[in-house]
Amino acid sequence: MKIGIVVFPGSNCDHDAWYAVSENLQQQAEFVWHESASLGNLDAVILPGGFAYGDYLRCGAIAKFSPVMAAVKRFAADGGLVLGVCNGFQVLTECGLLPGALVRNAGLKFVCRAVELEVATTNSPFTHEAEKGQRLTVPVAHGEGCYIADERVLDEMEDADRIALRYLDNPNGSVRNIAGILNEQRNVMGLMPHPERVADPLMGGTDGLTILQSLVHAGMSVSQS
Amino acid sequence: MSSEITPEVVAAHQLSSDEYQKILSLLGREPSLTELGIFSVMWSEHCSYKSTRVHLKKLPTESAHVLQGPGENAGIIDIGDGVAIAFKIESHNHPSFIEPFQGAATGVGGILRDIFTMGARPIAVMDSIRFGRLDDPVTGARNRRILEGVVSGIAHYGNCFGVPTVGGECVFEKSYEGNPLVNVFALGVFKHGEVFYGKAIGVGNPVIYVGAKTGRDGIHGASMASAEFTEESKQKRPNVQVGDPFMEKLLLEACLEAMKTGAIVGIQDMGAAGLTSSTCEMGSRAGTGVEIDLAQVPQREAGMTPYEMMLSESQERMLLVAAKGREHEVLSVFKKWGLDATEIGVVTDDGMLRVKNNGVVFAEIPNRALADEAPKYHRPFTKPLRDAPVDGPPIKSKGLTADLQALLSSGDLCSKRWIWQQYDYQVRTNTLAGPGAEAAIVRIKGTETSVAMALDGNGRYCALDPRAGTKLIVAECCRNLSTVGALPIATTNNLNFGNPERPEIMAQIVESIEGLAEACRFFEVPVTGGNVSLYNETLGSPILPTPVVGIVGTLPTALPLPLRFAKPGLSIVLLGGLGQPAMAEMGGTQYAKVIQDALWGVPPKLDMAYEKRVQQTVRELVRAKLLASAHDLGEGGLAVALAECSFGDGNIGADIHLDTHLGPEMLLFHEGPSRILVTTQSPENVLAAAHRNSVQAVAIGATLEARVTIRNRNEILIDSAVEDLKGLWARALEHLLHNPVLV
Repeated sequence: MKIGIVVFPGSNCDHDAWYAVSENLQQQAEFVWHESASLGNLDAVILPGGFAYGDYLRCGAIAKFSPVMAAVKRFAADGGLVLGVCNGFQVLTECGLLPGALVRNAGLKFVCRAVELEVATTNSPFTHEAEKGQRLTVPVAHGEGCYIADERVLDEMEDADRIALRYLDNPNGSVRNIAGILNEQRNVMGLMPHPERVADPLMGGTDGLTILQSLVHAGMSVSQS
Repeated sequence: MSSEITPEVVAAHQLSSDEYQKILSLLGREPSLTELGIFSVMWSEHCSYKSTRVHLKKLPTESAHVLQGPGENAGIIDIGDGVAIAFKIESHNHPSFIEPFQGAATGVGGILRDIFTMGARPIAVMDSIRFGRLDDPVTGARNRRILEGVVSGIAHYGNCFGVPTVGGECVFEKSYEGNPLVNVFALGVFKHGEVFYGKAIGVGNPVIYVGAKTGRDGIHGASMASAEFTEESKQKRPNVQVGDPFMEKLLLEACLEAMKTGAIVGIQDMGAAGLTSSTCEMGSRAGTGVEIDLAQVPQREAGMTPYEMMLSESQERMLLVAAKGREHEVLSVFKKWGLDATEIGVVTDDGMLRVKNNGVVFAEIPNRALADEAPKYHRPFTKPLRDAPVDGPPIKSKGLTADLQALLSSGDLCSKRWIWQQYDYQVRTNTLAGPGAEAAIVRIKGTETSVAMALDGNGRYCALDPRAGTKLIVAECCRNLSTVGALPIATTNNLNFGNPERPEIMAQIVESIEGLAEACRFFEVPVTGGNVSLYNETLGSPILPTPVVGIVGTLPTALPLPLRFAKPGLSIVLLGGLGQPAMAEMGGTQYAKVIQDALWGVPPKLDMAYEKRVQQTVRELVRAKLLASAHDLGEGGLAVALAECSFGDGNIGADIHLDTHLGPEMLLFHEGPSRILVTTQSPENVLAAAHRNSVQAVAIGATLEARVTIRNRNEILIDSAVEDLKGLWARALEHLLHNPVLV
């Protein structure tokens, strides 16, 4: 399984994602430069955390115009698996692959800490190896992670079982405690917590593996089919 | 340039008349204004260490681990497996007072560049920050504003750059209210063959400028002060620079990638004095000349004079020398990262710094005159300034549990979660132990080794006795590292003091440096670099003498030993014993500060040989996996350490039975060093190991659920629910800041 990790100028969790994929999951990991117009033959794509293009304007607002995002959109439209973590989630909402937006934390400060998550659906390539309602402890590290969307969109997502993860101790004021969501086709997920940071027992937990391994096994079955 | 160099102009550049005479004799003529500006920054205290150089020579700088000692951008230490670490600390005190956010942010930026200019990728930052008291009725609001600004500035820069802020210290004391301290430590990792030096090697090689454009920001304060020698620019610009962590991140990636081409022969960041220091220091180290044409320098605004460009402290810039004929390899990497990279000059064989603008020479100075022939002062010193009395108020507690509660809710001892939760302490997924731990630990991927680091200062101890205080700080850092099982190997230091021209302040500096030298030699942790920050005074009132020490060590990569009690029913052993302090040793403690609101007496006594044996013992025990937790006794003494150990998720407390003649306040709160609180399932093995090392060890009780109880000879001294103590400790900083964490 070959997983591409997009590198924007200012991505800073790209190495962490690479390490989790190649060392902890023993899969092939490949960096994809933001100017690449094509993704090659990847089985899945991770948009890592960081501050793409500095995020001085609005998180992800510039990243959405990068050549690689046009390629990611095509990849997603063809059913390819796309996981956006933290800044990657912000980029996905900016470029319209996911609804809603991530705004300044309710506490107005950057927050880095472990949070308790609840798996809200197991009907996705990113959560199918979890139990519904399973609790995961995964860290967040962001200043703008408060998820918002209008009521209609939120209701639609709830009805379609597209809320993937919810906070049990909401660190940023996200509406309806939303920590991660899916697109309509369920092949794109964005989440603010960092599964790649808890993919190694030395890092104090391995709950992130539930998400990353779901992705790997889903990607493998897609490749085989 | 036509401006005349009058005595007023010389004085405005903070150069003495003797120093000006030295410039005249070095040049053999009168300097131009640009040249005067260049001399003034290179010969400033900040760049030249002119007051301390003769004393800094006393520091030990060598060991089998040291690959690079002081004099380069950072020290380098071998950690085995062909891997090395570079680390250093630097201060940004004055800018952080004027503009807390940008002052602290650019402080982080500056030290990170010092690390990656050597080829190392930064993998950890720690901060030592000191402010006035948050609850001061007069200055409290300002102190709170400065703290909040500094913390956000550190968070802004480090988080965006992508380096974890893994630890540090935060202290509040009246003396810092007009002069906060912001000292930033950074550590990077690389392989032995990947080290780069700031040397302009190879006559004829091109000199290349990379990174942010040069603007008028941060130009030397002296140049701002006097309008008569500024030409066109009448406009005053803030003296504090503005940081751009995104630019720095690009610079990091581009520099490391460009270094891999093999086409770079020397590189240095543009820190203080920007273009000036990078050019003349690189030339001086290589024994070459450097000629640049400022017209080629990427500029943020039009009409800047050579004087302004040479003194600009615009951030996120580097100067490098490439191998002639291979420039394009370097330039193409910077182009890939979207950064300015421009050839601005050439390495020459005449040893001169020659600055041209459109071909016209504005400065021509021997590099060595700037970098190596700065004045060196043997400043007079007498006895260290000491305001504190020998005797203190009587020690008589109104209630020991209330005292413990007050200590745990005090600014210095309470939980600093409000601060470190704003820092990304995990990015790069190496942080085995982060903020709040005994010592920070980061693993080195691709090896079996981790690096532990501790950062500590104690202005109170040093105010009472700078020599003894500094030795205690070194001992404490080494003890922190040993307590997590790491072997301490090297030191960096930031000496924060007042005006060295006052003999009683100079005496503090000398005593402190000699104490540092003695302790670093004894604990075999040579000093590989550091920083000196002087003139930390407001309206003639100096800060407490505050040397800050950062020590690094190594240990095998594994899950770290926790600080907190893990479960009930474990034996608690006090390694090192209860101690036998004299009454006067209570005067520098947190008990004296919080309960007595006083500073008096002497710092705790340190027996370095005994301390070393205690550290050796705990390292043995950790590596033999005989311990369930370990925490050294520091500020606040035994009672505070026991409370801290009980603040884990499970609220596991302790039932302690002591048998001593010590008075209860002394017993609970004295800060005698060489003591470590450990829990174990096999106390007999712990006691035996202590005995083998000729170290005292006392089994003092056992862990239990939910309560901390301390008895001495059947008298109950402390009896409290863990939850009550923990609540006070956890929320104190938010209360002091009137700024609860929302959500």
